[in-house]
Amino acid sequence: MGTITFFVLAVAASALAVLVFVVDSMARATFCLLGSFLAAAGEVILLGLSYLGTVIVVMMVMEMVIMAVFMVMYMMNPAGLMPMSMVHNRRGSLAIAGAVFAGLAVGIVAIRWPTTPRRRPVPRATFELGKALMGPHMLTMVLLGVTLFSTMVVTVMLAVSHGRYDRLGDDLKGPDR
Amino acid sequence: MSIQGFLLLAAALFSVGLFGVLSQQSIVMLMMGLELMFNAVTVAAATFWRYLGPGSPSDQVVVVVAVVAMAVEMAVGFAVTTAIFRARDVDVVDAATDLKDEP
Repeated sequence: MGTITFFVLAVAASALAVLVFVVDSMARATFCLLGSFLAAAGEVILLGLSYLGTVIVVMMVMEMVIMAVFMVMYMMNPAGLMPMSMVHNRRGSLAIAGAVFAGLAVGIVAIRWPTTPRRRPVPRATFELGKALMGPHMLTMVLLGVTLFSTMVVTVMLAVSHGRYDRLGDDLKGPDR
Repeated sequence: MSIQGFLLLAAALFSVGLFGVLSQQSIVMLMMGLELMFNAVTVAAATFWRYLGPGSPSDQVVVVVAVVAMAVEMAVGFAVTTAIFRARDVDVVDAATDLKDEP
């Protein structure tokens, strides 16, 4: 049962990932990407990380819906009504991507992995993760928090059309003083 | 289910994402390729946690970092897209030529 689920999800994740760059419509590409993410999150859940898999599902659904809005904003062809090619150097990209996959696949197959896999998932994996993030990996958690906060500041600064220096001049005193 | 199967899936997702990053002209499509590559890291880290990590939660922390990196990448990517579209009316990577050497 687990093997069948793995193959179904793996084929779905890979096929939908390829479809992202094949379909004409940008909106369809976004939802193909969402499908690929959901299948990959299913694999993560299958591996025993149910909490992280669920987090990925919830996050990706929101992220792709927002992405669809940006797609419609910035794309010339949001609904796929006017098929057009938006690629450059397709042959070179295919060659590089194929070579990278071949190299990785050779490594994955050739390496002698340890012969004693852990058959059963750790029963309290989420608890272990929380304990690690609040203990030995606290620095990681703090850095992630600071990174997310600075991301909020930076994205707002980049996205506003005019800052206070544009409105008020370099001395911030305003044009009428 | 073997470790090779999961890692081959991660390699496939990474390669498809790499193809997208290298070949797409639209900035948003390029970011979709980047997201696919991060997704491959997530699958690979979860695989390593399941098959190699002897009860250590460090691989799970890598998954958390990859998920946060995906969120940050998308937020900053869209902000940069908005900024460069406002400043230069650019929405494809080929048109962003400010730093390109003049021939």
